[in-house]
Amino acid sequence: MTTTAVKPATMAQALGRALRDAMAADPAVHVLGEDVGTLGGVFRITDGLAKEFGDDRCTDTPLAEAGILGTAVGMAMYGLRPVVEMQFDAFAYPSFEQLVSHVSRMRNRTRGALPMPITVRVPYGGGIGGVEHHSDSSEAYYMATPGLHVVAPATVADAYGLLRAAIASDDPVVFLEPKRLYWSKAEWSPDHPEEVAPIGRAVVRRPATGGRTATLISYGPSVPVCLEAAEAASAEGWDLEVVDLRSLVPFDDETVCASVRRTGRAVVVHESTGFGGPGGEIAARITERCFHHLEAPVLRVAGFDIPYPPPMLERHHLPGVDRVLDAVARLQWESEWTEGRAV
Amino acid sequence: MTVLEQPGAYRPTPPPAWQPRVDAAPLLPDAEPYRLLGTDAAADIDPALLTRLYGELVRGRRYNTQATALTRQGRLAVYPSSTGQEACQVAAGLVLREQDWLFPSYRDTLAAVVRGLDPVHALTLLRGDWHSGYDPRDHRVAPLCTPLATQLPHAVGLAHAARLKGDDVVALALVGDGGTSEGDFHEALNFAAVWRAPVVFLIQNNGFAISVPLAKQTAAPSLAHKAVGYGMPGRLVDGNDAVAVHQVLGEAVRRARAGGGPTLVEAVTYRLEAHTNADDATRYRSDAEVEAWRAHDPITLLEEAMRDRGLLDDQAVQSARDAAERMAADLRTRMHQDPALDPMDLFEDVYAEKTGQLREQADALRAELAAEEGER
Repeated sequence: MTTTAVKPATMAQALGRALRDAMAADPAVHVLGEDVGTLGGVFRITDGLAKEFGDDRCTDTPLAEAGILGTAVGMAMYGLRPVVEMQFDAFAYPSFEQLVSHVSRMRNRTRGALPMPITVRVPYGGGIGGVEHHSDSSEAYYMATPGLHVVAPATVADAYGLLRAAIASDDPVVFLEPKRLYWSKAEWSPDHPEEVAPIGRAVVRRPATGGRTATLISYGPSVPVCLEAAEAASAEGWDLEVVDLRSLVPFDDETVCASVRRTGRAVVVHESTGFGGPGGEIAARITERCFHHLEAPVLRVAGFDIPYPPPMLERHHLPGVDRVLDAVARLQWESEWTEGRAV
Repeated sequence: MTVLEQPGAYRPTPPPAWQPRVDAAPLLPDAEPYRLLGTDAAADIDPALLTRLYGELVRGRRYNTQATALTRQGRLAVYPSSTGQEACQVAAGLVLREQDWLFPSYRDTLAAVVRGLDPVHALTLLRGDWHSGYDPRDHRVAPLCTPLATQLPHAVGLAHAARLKGDDVVALALVGDGGTSEGDFHEALNFAAVWRAPVVFLIQNNGFAISVPLAKQTAAPSLAHKAVGYGMPGRLVDGNDAVAVHQVLGEAVRRARAGGGPTLVEAVTYRLEAHTNADDATRYRSDAEVEAWRAHDPITLLEEAMRDRGLLDDQAVQSARDAAERMAADLRTRMHQDPALDPMDLFEDVYAEKTGQLREQADALRAELAAEEGER
């Protein structure tokens, strides 16, 4: 077997390769969005697709997100498999009605007659110095809509594997691309992509072996933050397990709860606002399922409950390593009543 | 001699002079709604078409009155009647070929029925036992759409997809005057024109968006004029003249099929009944206005034209009414039967496969149902 040398690849390259391979494998796959054709997208994810597959397969649309997703619905009704690019998280909002009222419900409304195999790619999240409306974490809106799958990769291999899975899925998938990880690199070969678990499966990125353990639960751009925090914490005597959810919907209770039962403590980390954000749902699910294993309340480290800040202030908003470590420190390591002193 | 005047020097070419991208004049609608009935041209219309349209109009009116009656009997949760708009409904239902697609709004169940849908299935949404009572692929009728104008981009996407696949398919999308104010109306028309998608948009301008009259909805010369801004032709037609609507839609469908792109048709009509059974139309319009439109009833217009040509007599009128009555009786009987509902269906077809969460919730509901059963 010939093996292509495994070289560092970026997440952006892996995403582009996933689109290309999906289009080559299935003529029903069509890419459409703003600037996705000639330009290759503002992040260049679709670079080369129009050239290779033609304008009818990779289409520069008019600048209208509801129109893009709305026409994708009709295309899906006729048996195509549209992959829609929303240019930025906050620019996806005009398409919200199509997503909520049609994309998510069409299968159910028609008793399975009209599935919606649509992938909505959304570059999301902050940390790239974007001006207003370019850094939102909008996953809570999507999670709250039954009928959608919601996915966010954190690694180069997952970006490829999950995007292929999303495009192949007969259900609509909101595919959140952490834009500050677009240029993150890993050893990865497009010719021998790693096996990636199907949508709906979380993965333990860093196992804890024992001692003062806790689980950090995150997804997308917060996974590297958690891994860094876990490394830093090990110097201070903690052994932190890091769970990368990968899919917010369907939610992998099994992997999350197995980890929390092992460690007894949990912190959920995400950029999205805390109030009404994904962390509340995750903390509730853990509490409902693992209450007797918990040594401390489940804590959340999230973005503040504010409109996404201007770029010169965003570092104060984004959950970083220090804030994660502060939360870990607050996980009631010494019981105030058993040890006889408050901490 | 300046540097630029030297031989071989760079000389910027001036930007191209501005010129219109298409000639707007041919896209403009007529000044008056196009009419056939009552004109000399009516003499040339195929008698078979007139007979077909008449039978469907009479049946359609009876369908509307029957469905409204079913709301009073508690058999329909709500019914947005198309009484007075039957010419548009019938023409839309008849003008398409088998492979074409119809994209109705919630007020267009009659058009779907004319296209071949079982009236009980068409009314399932409004009875409330499931959101779509039919498989859209059976008659190529998209699910009845409640959020206004959101079905229009679907029609464009489907027609575009069919064309990319090389299939001869036209999509006809229905919208009301109120729906033209929605953003999706704009985006759908724009996409359709840019892609030259084989789509026909039919606006049934029935005068009101629930209570809001057209004057509060738009300042455009006519809704058909909106077509010009997208670079597609706009046609204005008397929406109560079934023959004229059928002809204008037919031309638009043929144009779309031939690769000519989309057309916007505005049919000027009137909603003789209230918005739905839950509405009180006397709060926003006068009896005199309604009476004036009753005098321009689509069935009367066609009946008179056919009688003038000796194509319809009392016996034929009675025969059409009898056929309509049989349809109504059948609809009544079947709608008075309670639908068989299985609450466990709630978890079906949310996803291709149930998520763990839905499996848990389905189990919980199943247990609840079993407990209820045990209490009986």
